[in-house]
Amino acid sequence: MATPDVVDWDAIIRDPRFQALHRRKSLFLWGLMAISVFYYFLLPIGAAYYQDLFKIRVWGPINFGLVFALSEFIVAWAIALIYSRRASRDFDKMAAEIAAEFGLKTKGTGA
Amino acid sequence: MTPTTRKWSIIGACAAVPLVATPALAQAAGVEDKYRWLTFTIFAVVIGITMFVTYLAAKRVRSASDFYTAGGGVSGLQNGWAIAGDYLSAASFLGIAGLISLYGYDGFMYSVGWLVAYISVLLLIAEPCRNIGRYTLSDILAYRNDPKKVRIVGALSTITVSTFYLTAQMVGGGVLVKTLIGINYETSVVAVGVLMLLYVIFGGMVATTWVQIIKAVLLVAASIVIVVLVWAPYGFSLPGFLTDVVGDPRVQARVATLLGDPAKSMTAAELGQRFLEPGLYFKAPIDQISLGMALVFGTAGLPHILMRFFTVRTAVQARRSVVWAMIIIGGFYVMTLFLGFGAAHLVGSANIAGVDAGGNMAGPLLAQYIGGGPDSFLGNFMLAFVSAVAFATIVAVVAGLVLASASAMAHDLFVGVIRAGKETTARGQVVAARVATLIVGAMSIAIGIAAKGQNVAVLVGLAFAVAASANFPCVLLTLYWKRCNTGGIVTGMLVGTIAAVGLTLVSPNLTYPLAVKAAAHKVLDAAPAKRIAAVEATASADPAVAAKASKDVIALDKAVAKANADLTKWGNETTSFMGLEKPLFDLKNPGLISIPLGFLGVILGSLFMRDKRAEQMWNEVYARQNTGLLVSKSVAL
Repeated sequence: MATPDVVDWDAIIRDPRFQALHRRKSLFLWGLMAISVFYYFLLPIGAAYYQDLFKIRVWGPINFGLVFALSEFIVAWAIALIYSRRASRDFDKMAAEIAAEFGLKTKGTGA
Repeated sequence: MTPTTRKWSIIGACAAVPLVATPALAQAAGVEDKYRWLTFTIFAVVIGITMFVTYLAAKRVRSASDFYTAGGGVSGLQNGWAIAGDYLSAASFLGIAGLISLYGYDGFMYSVGWLVAYISVLLLIAEPCRNIGRYTLSDILAYRNDPKKVRIVGALSTITVSTFYLTAQMVGGGVLVKTLIGINYETSVVAVGVLMLLYVIFGGMVATTWVQIIKAVLLVAASIVIVVLVWAPYGFSLPGFLTDVVGDPRVQARVATLLGDPAKSMTAAELGQRFLEPGLYFKAPIDQISLGMALVFGTAGLPHILMRFFTVRTAVQARRSVVWAMIIIGGFYVMTLFLGFGAAHLVGSANIAGVDAGGNMAGPLLAQYIGGGPDSFLGNFMLAFVSAVAFATIVAVVAGLVLASASAMAHDLFVGVIRAGKETTARGQVVAARVATLIVGAMSIAIGIAAKGQNVAVLVGLAFAVAASANFPCVLLTLYWKRCNTGGIVTGMLVGTIAAVGLTLVSPNLTYPLAVKAAAHKVLDAAPAKRIAAVEATASADPAVAAKASKDVIALDKAVAKANADLTKWGNETTSFMGLEKPLFDLKNPGLISIPLGFLGVILGSLFMRDKRAEQMWNEVYARQNTGLLVSKSVAL
């Protein structure tokens, strides 16, 4: 797998554009990840320990618990769409710029 | 078989996680005999289409890349449908609708974790894996580590996870097919196995992908039709629909059965509403949290799901695949709300549990009801169609699992370890892959037949637990932690797998003869008095009371017979399979403990066995996983 190649990976890592990509992407990814895990575990925790809240009826027989479970779907989809829009607007472009420059250099200096 | 000859019985005590059909099937719920030609016609059409696709695909399989990853030529949208087809196994397709029909709210809550799981896949795993991986999970792990060592542990873990999952699918599939079309269990297992082998051996990943896409489209289409028919009479009003569900005396009776004594002080309306409240299925909250962890982190470590990201060309397409998969899978789970509650209301929970204690027949029975019932042409057509979709589901999921195992065997163990350093031709690699597929497929048929009648439901949970405790920490840390190295991966894989399997072996999932015998004695002690009371009530002037009482007598006699059978079966045995009198560990799913242990294994292993090379290569891994540079190389190779 690890065939020797001529891309200067250390230079990419040092590149300020890569550093910027790394910072913005990490913060965004792990932030969204934390939100989604936190929001998901509210459901089983709520269902177990806050049953009185989950039983409150809000619309006909529909109770808060059911609304909350449905909101999990909305939140999951929203996170997917937010990430996907942000990635295709920002991260892809930044990565493509870096790849283009270092990929070109590879071709230029390669044997 | 006519409906009048069916003896409905409630086997409510059999509340094993109904991920797969429970073996205690009372009788076939299949299409009426005079309509069986219909079943065979629909099956023939579905199988015919998939065979035609396989025939087309077979011509395109020339290299290992074609066989394992469809040559990287799958689009994001196609891959999204294929992931949905791979993931919506019989477990989630039939199991969750069944769980909702039997336990109401808890069933729906259970489905949420299966969707949220894809967030970790989307954010952390899919794109980096596409950027640095090639065919298998171990390719990612081998990138900056000792390839031989990590390929061995990675392949073992892949085969372990896939075999657990596969066994559950084969046994569940065998029982389902037997129930739905009335052929015997062994024939069902062999039919599933042989069909799957034809797809995979000849068509490799191309055929597997298309079988999964076709199956997912059929599944979603069938579900939409049923949901529309169930919901339309209420003018698509959710409160209107649910008001009818909670007002149904059969739903109220089901809740009363589940609750036991506390139900006596509740009004009918309260009982009905209780069906929409948590706590009918999950008794110990910590179990639900532990299972949630295994689902949310385990999906990102399932080898057959990871493998799907190598079938697309770029990280952007990998991302699109997950987003599409989330839309399809989430949409399907929202529909299970209507399938499950609709079945509880229209078919009746007790009737569903009577056919299959795990509730797996909820969807098919609802389809039959919606079409006009067991005596109508349309009812039988709908049932036959849903049965064909269920069959296609099992075959498609099994195909994905076998392909993942075979790739670990052929690509990691044979080409990567046994023939390491030697040149293996493209043709040789494809031959190795096909031979490995044949071995894994034959094994899966043998395991399916050997495990007949076993309660294999626990195995799906275990597959997710091993994936979450072994594969997920290793993949995540090799992608995101500089210090991660060979020592860490080997330690983490072993610790995670041993912890997940070991804790399950000493958990309440196994049968403990002392507990079984104590329960049997309790039933037998209480039975005489209960029977006298029930027999007296059968003479009641109120026909409803009398009818209920005679049902109670039958149920009681059954319970007594079962208790006696249990006592005979367990005789003088006092310990479980592991030699324990009672569980050492209370959690049904080990995730809560084994996932942190797996992470700890990778971290400590890496720190104690420092490896300069892995750290030097970190820049390369990190730059590549973020930029996708040279990804064309890994696709082309």
